[in-house]
Amino acid sequence: MAGNELRPMQYPVGIDPAALGEVERRVSPDEAPPLPPNARLAWIGKAVPRANGHAKVTGSALFTVDRKLPGMLHARLLRSPWPHARVLSLDLDAAARYPGVRAALPIHETVGRAVPLPPPGTSPSTPPARQVLYVGDIVAGVAAATPSAAEAALRLVHVEYQPLPFVADIEGARSGDAPHVFDGPVAGDSHAGGAGGDVPIAQQGNVRGPDRSGSRGNVREGFAQAEIVVEGEFRTQVQTHCCLETHAVVADWEADQLTVYMSTQYTVGVRDELARVFGLPLSRVRVVVDAMGGGFGSKSGAGNYVRAAVALSRQAKAPVRLVLDRREEQLDSGNRPATVQRVRVGARRDGSLSAVSVDSYGTAGVGIGAGVGNFAQSIYSCANFAIAQSDVFINAGPGSAMRGPGNTPGAFAFEQIIDELAERLAIDPLALRDRIDPSAVRRAERRIGAAHSGWSRRHAPGSDAGPVKRGRGVAQSFWGANVQTNSACEVRILRDGSVELLSSVQDIGTGIGTVLAQVVAEELGLRPGDIVVRIGDTDFPAGPPSYGSMTTASITPPARNASHQVLGKLFDAVASALGAAPENLVAVAGRIATADKSRSMSFREAATHLRTERISAVASRSDDYGGFARRFGDLASARNALGGVQFAEVSVDVHTGSVHVERIVAVHDCGRPMNPRQIESQVQGGVLMGLSYALYEERVLDRNTGHVLNADLEYYKIGRSRDVPEIEVIFLENYQGMSATDAYGIAEPANIATAPAIANAVYNAIGVRVRELPMTPAKILSALGRIPQRSGGQ
Amino acid sequence: MNRFEWTSAGAVAAAARLGPVTVAEAMATQSGAPGTAATVLKAGGIDLLDLMKEGLLTPRRIVNLRGIPELGRILEGADGSLRIGSLVTLAQIAEHPLVARRYRALAQAAGLPASPQIRNVATIGGNLLQRPHCWYFRSLHHHCLRKGGATCFAFSGENRYHAVFAHEGCAMVHPSTTAPALVALGARIELLRRDGSRRMVALESLFLTPEEDIRRENDLKPGEILAAIILPPMKPGVRSWYERQGEQDSFDWPVAEVAVVVKLDSPGICREAAVILGAAAPVPYRAKAAESALIGKPSSAGNARDAARAAVAGADPLSGNGYKLPVFEALVARAILHAANQG
Ligand SMILES: Cc1cc2nc3c(=O)[nH]c(=O)nc-3n(C[C@H](O)[C@H](O)[C@H](O)COP(=O)(O)OP(=O)(O)OC[C@H]3O[C@@H](n4cnc5c(N)ncnc54)[C@H](O)[C@@H]3O)c2cc1C
Ligand code: SF4
Repeated sequence: MAGNELRPMQYPVGIDPAALGEVERRVSPDEAPPLPPNARLAWIGKAVPRANGHAKVTGSALFTVDRKLPGMLHARLLRSPWPHARVLSLDLDAAARYPGVRAALPIHETVGRAVPLPPPGTSPSTPPARQVLYVGDIVAGVAAATPSAAEAALRLVHVEYQPLPFVADIEGARSGDAPHVFDGPVAGDSHAGGAGGDVPIAQQGNVRGPDRSGSRGNVREGFAQAEIVVEGEFRTQVQTHCCLETHAVVADWEADQLTVYMSTQYTVGVRDELARVFGLPLSRVRVVVDAMGGGFGSKSGAGNYVRAAVALSRQAKAPVRLVLDRREEQLDSGNRPATVQRVRVGARRDGSLSAVSVDSYGTAGVGIGAGVGNFAQSIYSCANFAIAQSDVFINAGPGSAMRGPGNTPGAFAFEQIIDELAERLAIDPLALRDRIDPSAVRRAERRIGAAHSGWSRRHAPGSDAGPVKRGRGVAQSFWGANVQTNSACEVRILRDGSVELLSSVQDIGTGIGTVLAQVVAEELGLRPGDIVVRIGDTDFPAGPPSYGSMTTASITPPARNASHQVLGKLFDAVASALGAAPENLVAVAGRIATADKSRSMSFREAATHLRTERISAVASRSDDYGGFARRFGDLASARNALGGVQFAEVSVDVHTGSVHVERIVAVHDCGRPMNPRQIESQVQGGVLMGLSYALYEERVLDRNTGHVLNADLEYYKIGRSRDVPEIEVIFLENYQGMSATDAYGIAEPANIATAPAIANAVYNAIGVRVRELPMTPAKILSALGRIPQRSGGQ
Repeated sequence: MNRFEWTSAGAVAAAARLGPVTVAEAMATQSGAPGTAATVLKAGGIDLLDLMKEGLLTPRRIVNLRGIPELGRILEGADGSLRIGSLVTLAQIAEHPLVARRYRALAQAAGLPASPQIRNVATIGGNLLQRPHCWYFRSLHHHCLRKGGATCFAFSGENRYHAVFAHEGCAMVHPSTTAPALVALGARIELLRRDGSRRMVALESLFLTPEEDIRRENDLKPGEILAAIILPPMKPGVRSWYERQGEQDSFDWPVAEVAVVVKLDSPGICREAAVILGAAAPVPYRAKAAESALIGKPSSAGNARDAARAAVAGADPLSGNGYKLPVFEALVARAILHAANQG
């Protein structure tokens, strides 16, 4: 193999087809050669059908809930019926004696929530008195031969609770005399994607904050320079992930190996977490997932329930299956925190922004990170920016990352303020963004979207006659183009010509397996169906997580490089048979040929020339050729963030307050698009999730009893068949010459712009702004001032 | 879900002999723990199984009525009346040509609840007799008045979907969507007793307000089986309409619904009117003021608006459901005009 000196190579750059040029990058000789634009490729960028689509629609796909191991037990968890209580005693004896029960354990796992910092002077090992902090907090677990035995045994667990004062609403929790969720200062990871996290931050009662990191310039001066100031207070609700496949695990603790089958977004992360928690070497823990029914951020780590299942399996010495039911899923599998945001923007007459300030508080229940992300901070040019974000603790299940964490609620507020600013300046919302948005990609997206959506037909706010009013609105997306560099895969060629790709990366429903087959097929001159893709298993090279919209960006470049490298070995093996130097061979259309095509043999025949049964190459994610903007350990952000612009068309009945979304035009970018069909499906999913967030979904927590009143899919309302609008998905080919595939992500940007686009369209329809989610008939009628004041009666 | 015995009844009398009690009776206890001795009836089972899955109902025995053919038919009477067996599904009613022609509001009401899957299974009898969907009522952890407990959680709690009328003591809304249409159309019901005798009552009089009995939504007696719903022959000039508004268009409950029946004479003057609101009160709620506002007047947009205003005039919304009033007002006006303008 050649030395390690970097070689200059020419890469396509620009937005295809309008602005294609070339850029020179200096890359390692291990990198596959520059990939031409999609139009000149056989498989990459083509609408290849999802490899496991048939298996999924016919029911043969293997989900975690379908795993059956010999001797497998069934576990159930006992959960707190109290929003806040001290556990005075816990008696598992009767449950443990119930026929069929093989393990019964107290469970006190606290991942995902804030944890009290030990008061100064005490040893951190002092065990804290057991308290449950929300309805649904896990107290104990049992594993039994049948689900009904586990269920029955659970009823025999005797727990003595001492109920404590609790608080279940954000305003109540902020008041001075509110009961404290935590007795003292706490810390913890910021799972939900907002501010906070491990940084030491002041805490007063239930309020932790404000965190001002991200501020820049001087907003006081900025507002003084402003010729126009717009401001508003916006509220967003708690949204839950509602994965169709609830959280599920089969944990199998054996003498020398822990194997965990699990519905997860990050096999390697879970393996590392379990190895740490149970004191096992990484080599003795294996995490496996095949088909998966959604995660959206809620299945990023092992979580408390998996730890419980592993502990039960260890005690029972048998595999243990634990599947959350829908109620548990709604109470205790994470959620998108609620926020209250005061947003203020100062601008000059020409539209340029002189100051932006965001003051937010939110609640992730007993978790940390109910912030509003980096949307207002990053999307538009403005020298002066101030942010103050606080977490408010309440007695409710902890939040977690959820599709576009932080930025999704952040965009709902900020894109409405920008819309309002445009109106005050009497300029078109698109023209204002042309003025303040530095992104060339979004500029192109605005232009395309405006043409496709019929933007020029947008009328003045509230100008339709009659009770049903139509409106159009636009909003933009901002999300980092993330990459994980700890991301590898192996490509093998076997002597019979078969080809395998192996990586722990998991297909959570996005179709990454199909994309990997396309990449390998492209490089080896085969068809995607020829490639056996083995993924979702930590026995394979460690792949990336499937969150942060980083999977494709992280794993397709190593897949292509590994293919390129293993092909080089195949060329070495057949060079003499073809009478050519290895570097003069090419792989096309199922054949290995000399560059001039004068001599060739089939790929299969070429493989018979291998000296060993199989050859292989392992590659990991190299840095972006042009460098990263930032990196923290394994995680990096690409130089250019992801864009996305969405146009909504709605009709609003001002007599009944009902909103119908008729059409969404979603224009997006993801670097080089790898599979248009799957991208379209991702964007549709993001739009539907955003629409559902905009109009329907809300976790309803009873402030008097601390119970979630709609821990089901009946009164927790999620968009359903007749709520689906026409969705037109358009995406750019945005070449940047950054990696062997030049691909980035799409999942989160597709969700961020939808709710504000709908809100802006609602404003355009009725001429009144709705600043609170979800925009139900009640909120619309209230904004319109059509709800009569109450006369009397409670 | 608890273990239970399963019996399939082949005839009404056989079912009655098994000594079924009403689900309300089986559920109402002092302690909050449901009793386990009861025999209960199952039609489509949508509501029954829901209650059992939540642990709110733990019967000893379930008697399945689905195998009783006589309860599953729609028959036209010689006098032009229509007899709908209690086990006829909502989907069958919505698709029945005679229902659609003569009793339009019922066809509309039966065609909209929940989802097609549910309507294919849900029976008209079960729909009328299903228990409330108040989320406190449906929670094992809230032992409310209607379940034999000591408080109602709705008045000071989350009541966006609760009643705006006649909610003395309990603010649940009657869950049946077909009930307002049937009451507006003047339906009667036939009940079979354990001893084989029958009783006929106006459907409207079956429903109980919380003041009459807070633990039961209807006056079905233990052992009684709902056999049929009988719709009277339609007089000339009578037409009907049903309107509903939910937060979503599929698989959702209405936040407001209304069934209107009007009888117009040949110059188009309204001679009789029924305006029944659903999702409004613990019973299908007759908006008397709206009815009187219509009678004697020609059908016009202005008169419909006046009647709609009258319909909500006496409402008493709770802390979180005042939005229902403008919705009701809009729906009542629309339903009146649609009903009047039908050919
Ligand atoms: C998401 C969702 C949305 C819904 N939306 C609506 C809606 O908008 N409007 C609406 O009306 N409903 C709605 N429903 C409820 C559904 O329509 C009812 O659950 C269904 O109609 C009940 O009918 P069933 O035949 O399944 O009754 P079952 O569950 O079998 O019985 C219900 C009750 O009636 C009793 N019973 C049944 N038949 C007889 C009989 N012949 N004699 C004596 N007692 C009897 C049973 O003992 C039981 O107590 C919704 C349900 C869901 C899940
Ligand atoms: S409204 Fe009625 S059913 Fe609901 S909590 Fe109150 S008493 Fe119970």
